[in-house]
Amino acid sequence: MDTSMIVKASIALGGTGLIMGGLLAVASKVFYVEVDARVELIRAVLPGINCGACGLPGCDGAAEAIVAGEASNTACVAGGSDVAKQIGALLGMDVSEVTGVANKALVRCGGGKNEVAHRYIYDGQHDCQMAQQVSGGPLLCPYGCLGLGSCITSCPFVAITLGEDGLPKIDWDKCTSCGACVKACPRGIISLVAEDKEVHVLCRSHNAGKEVRAVCKKGCIACKACEKVCEFDAIHVIDNLAVIDKDKCTDCKKCVEKCPTGCLADLTATRG
Amino acid sequence: MERLFLIFLAAFLINNILLIRFIALCSFFGVSTNFETSIGMSMAVVFVMTMASAVCWGVWRFVLEPMGVGEFLYIPAFILVIAALVQFVEMVIKKVSPTLFKAMGIYLPLITTNCAVLAAATESVKPGFWKLSLQYNYTLGESLVHTVGVALGYSLVIIMFAAMRERITIAPIPRSMRGFPISFIAAGLSSLAFLGFKGLFGI
Ligand code: SF4
Ligand code: SF4
Repeated sequence: MDTSMIVKASIALGGTGLIMGGLLAVASKVFYVEVDARVELIRAVLPGINCGACGLPGCDGAAEAIVAGEASNTACVAGGSDVAKQIGALLGMDVSEVTGVANKALVRCGGGKNEVAHRYIYDGQHDCQMAQQVSGGPLLCPYGCLGLGSCITSCPFVAITLGEDGLPKIDWDKCTSCGACVKACPRGIISLVAEDKEVHVLCRSHNAGKEVRAVCKKGCIACKACEKVCEFDAIHVIDNLAVIDKDKCTDCKKCVEKCPTGCLADLTATRG
Repeated sequence: MERLFLIFLAAFLINNILLIRFIALCSFFGVSTNFETSIGMSMAVVFVMTMASAVCWGVWRFVLEPMGVGEFLYIPAFILVIAALVQFVEMVIKKVSPTLFKAMGIYLPLITTNCAVLAAATESVKPGFWKLSLQYNYTLGESLVHTVGVALGYSLVIIMFAAMRERITIAPIPRSMRGFPISFIAAGLSSLAFLGFKGLFGI
């Protein structure tokens, strides 16, 4: 075997690499630009997934904006209060008061595969957005979860799994409230809710009670039982759907007991 | 002089890198959504492409060809050169003009992976690679003229296309065709138009 070719090739490529590397090393000294050391420190604290939830061009942009005073230390949505505290400490702020309740994503539909009726059998690509294109999806409820998991594939933190009932389950320990699933869901049924609230309406249907009852066992039928039982005036049926005022709600859970269809969820049970 | 003109014209219009050879379509569709960014990208490409071709020409002439390893080593070697060059240009611009750096920031590293730069560099040392029907062995001057032609051809098309796309976005287009589908069709039609240059001056 002619080994001289291998030697020559190594010399040619290795030599070019060495020269280029050397030049770059020199250039990095000659053209060194002073950067605010804090930008790098803050950049190291940020999660580095460039999710864009802060509205700035990636984590680099966020770090620069924070140092420049154009964004606050709580700018990183995905990092939550932990990151906010660390950034605050780096900037020399008093961080004892940075608490804030984190928001977490919640799938606001209780109509699993045994609860909701279907119009046709969807046999296409396993993707909610596609199914939604086929005359509005296979469900008889135009608001319900399609269960094909567009949210699952969109979540950069692998926080969503498909439950046995055919509905996505979001692990709040992993959820960073980046909002990717909120955008991915063609039904618009995922929303970010305050982490410390335990009672939520798991239905988005604005259809009249009769129509809801005909297609789904778990939907809100606008019977107003919750409205009547609430002592704090915190829940109202608006446009055929129960809506909770989170500032007034005390998590007493009386409405949960009263709701005939079970569309009011007490998350303490599921979260354990 | 005439030969230089023909080399330029061939690279610029007749064998346009985007619409005739279909190289670098990723940046073409990615950056042409906005008129301003497409101008920024064009400037960066002209700059990097010219420098890359000049250096690659040197590497080919003085290292790879004399050692007889060019034929199978030129692609890794050129990628190395281009990547290093982009880093270098980035450093220089960052130091010399922070404003320009901010404006071009995202495009510069993007160019490292732009196949057009590699294609232009390859062709300036091995003309005829893309069946240009001109002879081998460009001089440094000729290869520079060629590269500037390629880069300007890229700029012409990407800027023209960005202007078109800005109009297309507000045009009444069927829903399913909006965005990339209609852009691909528009690119195909422009490509057909460019085919009209084939055979100009016998090139
Ligand atoms: S994307 Fe929406 S419709 Fe699809 S599975 Fe997730 S919550 Fe359900
Ligand atoms: S939990 Fe209590 S306060 Fe909140 S809505 Fe239900 S009944 Fe009202």
